[in-house]
Amino acid sequence: MQSLRPLARRGKATRRVTSVAAIAAALALLAACSSGGDSDETSGSGGGGGEDLTITFIPKQLNNPYTDVVLGGGEEGATAAGFADTQVVGPLEASASSQVSFINAETQAGTNVIVIAANDPDAVGPALEEARTAGAKIVAFDSDTNPKYRDVFISQVVAKEVALIQTKLISEQIGGAGEIAILSATANATNQNEWIKFMEEDLAANYPDITLVAKVYGDDDDTKSFQEAQGLLQAYPNLKGIISPTTVGIAAAGRYLSTSEYKGKVALTGLGLPNEMRPFVKDGTVTAFALWDPAQLGYVAAFAGKALADGTITGAEGDTFEAGDLGERTVGPDGIVIVGPPTVFTADNIDEYDF
Amino acid sequence: MSDAMTTAPAFDTTKTLTEEATGRTGLARILLGRDAIMIYLVLAFILYASLTIPRFATPVTVGFLLLDVVPVLLIAMPMTLVIITGEIDLSVASIAGLTSALMGVLWADGLDIALVLIIGLLAGMLAGAFNGFLVAVVGLPSLAVTIGTLALFRGLALVVIGDNAVANFPPGLTTFFTSKLGATGIPTVMIGVVVVALFFGVLLHFTPFGRGLYALGFSKEAARFVGIKVARSKFWLYVGTGTISALAGIFWTLRYSSARSDNASGLELTVIAAVLLGGVSIFGGKGSIPGVLAGVMLIGTINFSLRLTRVSDVILIIVTGTLLIVSVVGPSIFGAIQQWRHDRRVRKALPTLP
Repeated sequence: MQSLRPLARRGKATRRVTSVAAIAAALALLAACSSGGDSDETSGSGGGGGEDLTITFIPKQLNNPYTDVVLGGGEEGATAAGFADTQVVGPLEASASSQVSFINAETQAGTNVIVIAANDPDAVGPALEEARTAGAKIVAFDSDTNPKYRDVFISQVVAKEVALIQTKLISEQIGGAGEIAILSATANATNQNEWIKFMEEDLAANYPDITLVAKVYGDDDDTKSFQEAQGLLQAYPNLKGIISPTTVGIAAAGRYLSTSEYKGKVALTGLGLPNEMRPFVKDGTVTAFALWDPAQLGYVAAFAGKALADGTITGAEGDTFEAGDLGERTVGPDGIVIVGPPTVFTADNIDEYDF
Repeated sequence: MSDAMTTAPAFDTTKTLTEEATGRTGLARILLGRDAIMIYLVLAFILYASLTIPRFATPVTVGFLLLDVVPVLLIAMPMTLVIITGEIDLSVASIAGLTSALMGVLWADGLDIALVLIIGLLAGMLAGAFNGFLVAVVGLPSLAVTIGTLALFRGLALVVIGDNAVANFPPGLTTFFTSKLGATGIPTVMIGVVVVALFFGVLLHFTPFGRGLYALGFSKEAARFVGIKVARSKFWLYVGTGTISALAGIFWTLRYSSARSDNASGLELTVIAAVLLGGVSIFGGKGSIPGVLAGVMLIGTINFSLRLTRVSDVILIIVTGTLLIVSVVGPSIFGAIQQWRHDRRVRKALPTLP
């Protein structure tokens, strides 16, 4: 026994050395990653000031199909508007405070224009203020921040129009009477709640026979939205229709309905991406849904950012700027810029769109 | 091993004792221990980042980075103690969320801000006591209990504040929470964090209660036999995690000046990852506060520098995950290899076996 002890002890020491080696190896892997990102970053942003303007898009979350289209338009717009460098950064989860550290990083990077879709109108506030103090222009798009934290807000359409088109569609599809439910994104999303508010008002005023029985939240998570849709139909056997004003929600609900006994019996409408909704329109699960062209949103946001950075507009009401191919846009009250009216997609026209 | 015992009946115990003293002692032990290695790694990474990442070596970094890690730093302190006893608390982020929701509602109802903060803290303490009661008194497994309360407290937060967000906290207070100590770039709230870290550090390393936690983590039975009050210790640890989680919730709410039900969601995993990376054994009985501090800072610094270089968050979670796996599994694998080589050497060293 006694002769074995030193051996064991030596083993412990070697083990410690090897574990350090292991951690060091992990760090080396990391170093490779970060230096990779580093090199394409430095090649992009030259000086930061003067002619070399930089723009960064911070969506609500990455890897969301709708966001990807918006960002696609944004990158196209940024190149067309003449930005020297375009970046897209953002959290994986659409939670309230997750965007703050990304804003901080942009402040530090000295980015000229930050385009953001806020997950929470106030949580991003202090960070945006710091960015503005450092000289950045703030363009909110898709989901607004508190107006005091940004220069302009690029809105798809007038919020009320979006809401009314959805209530009109559902009313047509269920014959103007019956129980309906709303499958939304997160419970705090600014745009969702605004639309829902207008929908409720519209239902009460113009569709007395339609009752809104439930509002559920799928958190823009495919699985959760799917389960919420399933839950709605179990909880409300008389449900005649679902409005889902979010692309993730409507696709998940469509997938559930198309494989269930409710297919064709329970109407589904809302805001969806044509490419995602095509199979459900073709198989009869969905008759009609609405959306604007999301790419235009990013496109206009990029041009608004350029106009702000150049000093041609300040975000005051009545300011006008050229938005590339889309023509002139005017800044409305509260610094809001409207992109355009929503489009209704049906089996007849859905094949004309690819996004 | 057992073979060796049976074939060597004549034991020379004095010899073993002299060899026991060949381990590292004093300064060498501190400078070469696992904690020290973690700290070297953090320093090495900071040095590397300062040299290679543009804009990293500025006071702004210090402020942003520290503000980002404050909630993790806070909760990691009591979490270290809980994990050392071989238990776990998964409900910490939900307690922070519940505190945040409560603060929002009470403040919106017009209560005095001081009262709001006190009630928030008490709520966290109560939530922790509830966990503690179920784990220590009823004797249920902590994993099951805190998975339950993880959902329960988050649910309560939703009940309390619903889908609202309260944002109009006193500007003086919210700016205080993001303010910096002069030109150093160090956030003022770090003073509080240092106090909390010192408290738990002293509690764990320099009090009989703290030393007892290690014993508890090694063997609950043995700990009871040597007179450690197992149930009572565990109960107070959960009250501790609850209270500090509430503190983190208050910080979160005022830093982002937004009280809402989904604040701090998912934070429990970041905390536990940092604690394990800091050298605390998930099986209990091993770990230290300095190591955990280094673990939190390492993950925080890596996240921050990756974000600064605009590396996608996808890469970021992969790196964090890999780092954690390597730091936990690595030593075990090498341990197993050492054991195997050791056994082989033992077999060779014993030619007299029949």
